[in-house]
Amino acid sequence: MKAVTKGSGRVEPAVFHTINTLFMLFVVATTLYPFLHTIAVSFNDGSDTLAGGIYLWPRHWTMENYRAVFISGTIYHAAFISVTRTVISTVVGVFLTTMLAYTLAQPQYIFRKKIGLLFILTMYFNAGLIPNYFLIKNMGLLHNFLVYVLPGLVSAFNLIIMRTYIRGLPFSLTESAKIDGAGDFRIFWKIIFPLCTPVLATVALFIAVGSWNAWFDTFLYASSDIKLSTLQYEMMKLLGSTMSTNNDPSMLAGGQNNQVQALVTPASIRSAITIVTAVPILFVYPFLQKYFVVGLNLGSVKE
Amino acid sequence: MSDAVLDKQVKKQKTRKRRVDPEIGVSLSWKTLKLQKQLIFMSVPIAIYLIIFNYVPIWGWIMAFQNYRPALSFGQQEWVGLQQFKFLFADDTFIMVLRNTIAMSFINLVLGTTTAIGLALLLNEIRVKYFKRIVQSISYLPHFLSWVIAAGIVATSLSIDDGIVNVILMKLHLIKEPIMWLSEGKYFWGIVGASNVWKEVGWGTIIYLAAITSIDPSLYEAASIDGAKRFQKMRYVTLPGIKATFVILLIMNIGHILDAGFELQYLLGNGLTIDYSQTIDIFVIKYGISMGNYSLATAAGIFKTIVSVILVFGANYTAKRLGEERLI
Repeated sequence: MKAVTKGSGRVEPAVFHTINTLFMLFVVATTLYPFLHTIAVSFNDGSDTLAGGIYLWPRHWTMENYRAVFISGTIYHAAFISVTRTVISTVVGVFLTTMLAYTLAQPQYIFRKKIGLLFILTMYFNAGLIPNYFLIKNMGLLHNFLVYVLPGLVSAFNLIIMRTYIRGLPFSLTESAKIDGAGDFRIFWKIIFPLCTPVLATVALFIAVGSWNAWFDTFLYASSDIKLSTLQYEMMKLLGSTMSTNNDPSMLAGGQNNQVQALVTPASIRSAITIVTAVPILFVYPFLQKYFVVGLNLGSVKE
Repeated sequence: MSDAVLDKQVKKQKTRKRRVDPEIGVSLSWKTLKLQKQLIFMSVPIAIYLIIFNYVPIWGWIMAFQNYRPALSFGQQEWVGLQQFKFLFADDTFIMVLRNTIAMSFINLVLGTTTAIGLALLLNEIRVKYFKRIVQSISYLPHFLSWVIAAGIVATSLSIDDGIVNVILMKLHLIKEPIMWLSEGKYFWGIVGASNVWKEVGWGTIIYLAAITSIDPSLYEAASIDGAKRFQKMRYVTLPGIKATFVILLIMNIGHILDAGFELQYLLGNGLTIDYSQTIDIFVIKYGISMGNYSLATAAGIFKTIVSVILVFGANYTAKRLGEERLI
């Protein structure tokens, strides 16, 4: 009897840890499988994929799907628009967010609370889609590249993260610089901004991902303008065409000849574009993740 | 920018002996404005930008009280009072759309929170550091993908010919025929809930895991001495320890109860499932942008905003009364 209880005391954690580890492996598998499957399909012969049975490894290796994606000039232009909007939004957004956060972190600043509240409210308070649409229209931003950059430059969420971080910096830095006669702009640019690296990376990642992943603004404000199409919007159009009941091959990304048409299908093209669209994000995020975990916790828990 | 002025300010603050809030010590005067001109220069233009893009559009709300026609000038518009709102709440489609939105939000909120807390608790028990880190990194990877990509992945996984979900269920002999998941309304809410868990569970875990890590280790030691087992420690130490985080996130999320997230519904929904997939946002797009019924769509948007604000302040107030953490 004694031996049993002693034994079970040691067995229980072992059983728990085994089950827990298996569960974690299950989580990893369910998260990763769709990607590996998409990669496999993207490298597999389109008509062969239709026969079924492709899981983690391509059966008939081909680059034809990627060739079909890149054969049309649309995708290059869409990629260019996506990259441009992401870079501009991130650079300008990060700069403005940090600058504003610096001012709101100054306890003596007279408009601190007023401007802060103005921003916090936007998290819940929204005029709505139609009034926003009219604003964009009246500002002449329809079918204009600026519509990708202007409306969402500074978000309340990023601002809170930034402000919390700057508040955490030693106050004596600002104070001693003030005594030396430095103005707020100089203090911000020379002292605070360089000290913000971790949170800058966090906010930059958030803005960049948001901008890269956006498709709705194209849909709403620039859908008839092929020159302003983004990668995500091209994806969205493809998704629509493959989801519809008739998989009409003529709805593929344009420009391919009959020979290509026999080899690629909407599903295989979509897999290839998915990979093309996802790769930039999958590439940057491992480098930034140690920062955003810190940044996210700063912003959400302490506020 | 002289030190004398600064000193004066500090003195003023001290002599007044008001609350510790430093803002009160600085009164709105030309002197302060001049002193803080750089701060003002750095923030007021951004605030004006914010007002233009977030508050100026509220002017558009008057459309909801008109029978708005784009061709007419402001003076020529026909005023209809609350008729659009009455129409909205008498409309079966809107009631259905409201039901769908709340149902999917509720499913997302409950499933999202419980899975995130659950995964955080279990991750916390993993002793091998690098394994824990790898699992975590992989679990929040899907958060960074767009819903367009995610919707494509969901559609592929659920496809009738070769979708992994059907394949596994068939192999386990749980079903005889592949199920057409995306063609039947009764599955739609579940699919949205499951997709949200897949995409966001790792992300949700970050905050809870941080909250767990910040719990005082001596509490666990004390619990061990009292003879608490693993699950008792979770129940009596960890869960109370993350309550504050839970409450704040709950308040934040309650305000978004009418944002069921419309992207997935828009991308995955189709004519067959429309009775279950259409949300308020899709309704607004359909009536407003596609059909040009701006007034009705604006009314639906106003309803959504007002409910959100009431819910956030309500939740915040309740939390305050219960002595919990607050957001605002």
